Amino acid sequence: MNTREYFFALTERLAAGMKADEHFTCWFSGESSDFVRFNHAAVRQAGSVKQGFLRASLIQGQKQSVFTMGICEDIEKDGEALERLLNEQRVKMEFIPDDPYLLISTVPHSSDSVEESQLSDPRQVVEYTLAMAQGLDLVGIYAGGTIYRGFANSFGQKNWLTKHNFNLDFSVYLRADKAVKASYAGFVFDPLHFERELTLVKEKLRALEQPSRDLSPGKYRAYLTPAALHDLVSMLGWGGLSEKALRTKQSSLNKMRDEGKTLSALFSLYEHTGKGTGPLFQAQGFIKPDCVSLIKEGELVGSLISPRTAKEYGTHTNGADGSETPEAYDVAPGNLPREDVLKALGTGIYIGNLWYLNYSDRQSARITGMTRFATFWVEDGQIVAPLNVMRFDDSLYALLGENLEALTKECDFMLDPSTYEERSTGSAHLPGAIINNFNLTL
Amino acid sequence: MPGSSLLERVNTLNPQFDFWSLRHVEARSEHLKVRQDVLEPPYQCVDIGIYVTVVQDGGVGYAASPDSSKAGLADAFERAAAWARQSARQALFDAKLFPKSTLSGRYKSHVKKSYLKFSLSDRIDRLKEAAALLKSDDRIVDWTASFSHTQSKEFYCNSEGARIQQDFEIFIPNLTATAHEAGQTQTRTLAGHGVGRQAGFELLDQINFKESAVRIGQEAVELVLADNCPSGELDLLLAPDQMMLQIHESIGHPLELDRILGDERNYAGTSFVTQNMFGNYQYGSEHLNVTFDPARAGEIASYAFDDEGTPAEKVFLIEKGILKRPLGGPLSQARADMEGVSNTRASSWNRPPIDRMANLNLEAGSHSMEDMISSVERGVFMESNISWSIDDSRNKFQFGCERGQLIENGRLTKVVRNPNYRGISATFWRNLAKVGNESTVGVYGTPNCGKGEPNQVIRVGHASPACLFNQVDVFGGHQ
Repeated sequence: MNTREYFFALTERLAAGMKADEHFTCWFSGESSDFVRFNHAAVRQAGSVKQGFLRASLIQGQKQSVFTMGICEDIEKDGEALERLLNEQRVKMEFIPDDPYLLISTVPHSSDSVEESQLSDPRQVVEYTLAMAQGLDLVGIYAGGTIYRGFANSFGQKNWLTKHNFNLDFSVYLRADKAVKASYAGFVFDPLHFERELTLVKEKLRALEQPSRDLSPGKYRAYLTPAALHDLVSMLGWGGLSEKALRTKQSSLNKMRDEGKTLSALFSLYEHTGKGTGPLFQAQGFIKPDCVSLIKEGELVGSLISPRTAKEYGTHTNGADGSETPEAYDVAPGNLPREDVLKALGTGIYIGNLWYLNYSDRQSARITGMTRFATFWVEDGQIVAPLNVMRFDDSLYALLGENLEALTKECDFMLDPSTYEERSTGSAHLPGAIINNFNLTL
Repeated sequence: MPGSSLLERVNTLNPQFDFWSLRHVEARSEHLKVRQDVLEPPYQCVDIGIYVTVVQDGGVGYAASPDSSKAGLADAFERAAAWARQSARQALFDAKLFPKSTLSGRYKSHVKKSYLKFSLSDRIDRLKEAAALLKSDDRIVDWTASFSHTQSKEFYCNSEGARIQQDFEIFIPNLTATAHEAGQTQTRTLAGHGVGRQAGFELLDQINFKESAVRIGQEAVELVLADNCPSGELDLLLAPDQMMLQIHESIGHPLELDRILGDERNYAGTSFVTQNMFGNYQYGSEHLNVTFDPARAGEIASYAFDDEGTPAEKVFLIEKGILKRPLGGPLSQARADMEGVSNTRASSWNRPPIDRMANLNLEAGSHSMEDMISSVERGVFMESNISWSIDDSRNKFQFGCERGQLIENGRLTKVVRNPNYRGISATFWRNLAKVGNESTVGVYGTPNCGKGEPNQVIRVGHASPACLFNQVDVFGGHQ
């Protein structure tokens, strides 16, 4: 029995155990992954992780209690644990009041997406990677394998997703903190593709060979690569686009909702699930739309609304998860050809990556963070020298508002390399951006 | 020994490797939250699994699985061995350096009033009561009271005969109030979400949970009406619930030996600290004494052994301002040929152990709070972290707090909002002018320290007195 069949067998057992007045929803998240850490182009730590977690809600009328259990794919053992946990929830129900914001999907929308694996043997990938990285100070991680997401409920809905992918997220260091970051993510590891990535990295490394410069705090023209723009835009995932945060005045975009403040007309942002790699269903059984418009030509036109928030505020859910955070960022491209980026920048800073961003004044959408990895000083359209790391502190209303000068025609598609608790299914599709008066502070 | 049935299964398998170790983790947790007087669905989590390490043929490999049956163990050993053999071909270090503990022992959190001895209705009632107290004003637009409780039983054994059982009980209460008025929003929390300890309900008494709910609601409203924090080079008095973040980011992370050895350069970053600085580098003023102390009872990351069986002991990392020792477990110590500490830890059964902080504390000095305040002509007292950012070498930082209060001519005066400050680790600690005495010490902890590839969040504890720093770059938010 494969993992998909096992999950549905377990949820059938769950369904069979339901009492007359009970319903359930059941989310599954699992993976079989290999993780290989590299340092100095050698293996630092290598291993594999198998895991699967079932998160279920037991619902009695308007009451609900939620639990998660790890599963070991032994139907008797898991079945017993499931029954024990269900009974524990039933005992709790006596003490739990009605949940006024309970909202689950009761009309079944089943779906099934099972990819065939095209993954290479991870041991072979490690061999290739380290052979090609000879002579380079490569550090990073290969994370690859199979990811599972599933859903079932007592109304007969069944959803499943099996993905096989890898993410080779790495940096190559020249000296101290001077490095180029890159990643190669996909479904089939092609050594030639990786070789091309390494060639690009080596070109940038040559630019890092020059003596580093320090900049004084002040305002500079800057080009943010798609990766750097993603670092910036993903701060909107910290409650910025959450309907609950907007309703409770905790969003960094409150001024857009409440005062009609706008960003640049060049800037449009979507939650584009259809372009992403994550599931099209969520934990309460609602189906995610292909695309949700969040910011259209600088105006806040949407938000991410979970079922719970929808019920609380009397609106409609758009399939957002409980966190109301984008999973598939999609920023509309602009008109600037990528090959003209340095010319358009003229004199200023080329920023490869940003790092460790946080709000310094959330109400003003003011964000601080650092430059990191390949960041250069550019004069008259030519890269002149690498820069030492600098801190910025600036408002998104300026960065993506009056100071946003251009976006590139071309976008990069990035798979989220995050592996907190499990391998992420998040993604981003963004252009690069030229920004005026980028405010450096330290 | 609780792991005896597991050991029996392992013995039946009789794994034949140069070395093997096995860690079994069984964690049960409950999360309760009352938001705006509504109980959110109670959440319970049961997470059980094994982590196996194999050293074989000159390589090291690991495997993790939720299946601890004989077949599951056999599969895990096989997968770990396969990665051991593969890594031997391109290994960063000689597998002989891998630590092989021979120790056995037990540890149990010191808990007086176990959380689970209180009924669910009692736990919910306490949260409802606190939530009601938080909402003390119409301008409070969102408010929550929550409990997070985890019991974790962890068993470690290896082929050298080590047998270690450690049982942890973690309790994290929290309170949050958000006030809004005329386009301004401010949030106040219980110590910046930093009240986590190995404790039971006695913690609620120690932190005055009910009284704190009243204060937090009032302070949120006070902040929304306050002026912005002024800008300038000012003296800075940090409360212990901000010191925890300051210690964590600008002492803890830069002293991690795996960062210094370069393991984290692709993700968490490197360090401005280099190996040749230990023993001679002036990290801070003579008032700075920092200890690694997993043996201190009651902090959130206390233990008797780390996750590779190294015994815990208190060690000075910085003494009278001089850098002494890094935060590196036995493997990093062997790789770097340096002395370190017992801090090889994993977030759970599904992640490999790496160098982590555990309890990292700043030792108390001799000054009362009144002493320190009265010595300041113009400064700011800041409490409870709300924003944190630092460069990948852990040097240029900018931190923000929930609440500021001006110090003018030796007295605390008006409250200010959006207090932030920035500095450089390598020089900031040298401006440490006064360290508070025991009466100013706060014990804090968080479950959210992120690091590692694959990524891990782990519990870290920080106990610190209030500390006074001279001439820091302080500023507020937009006007």
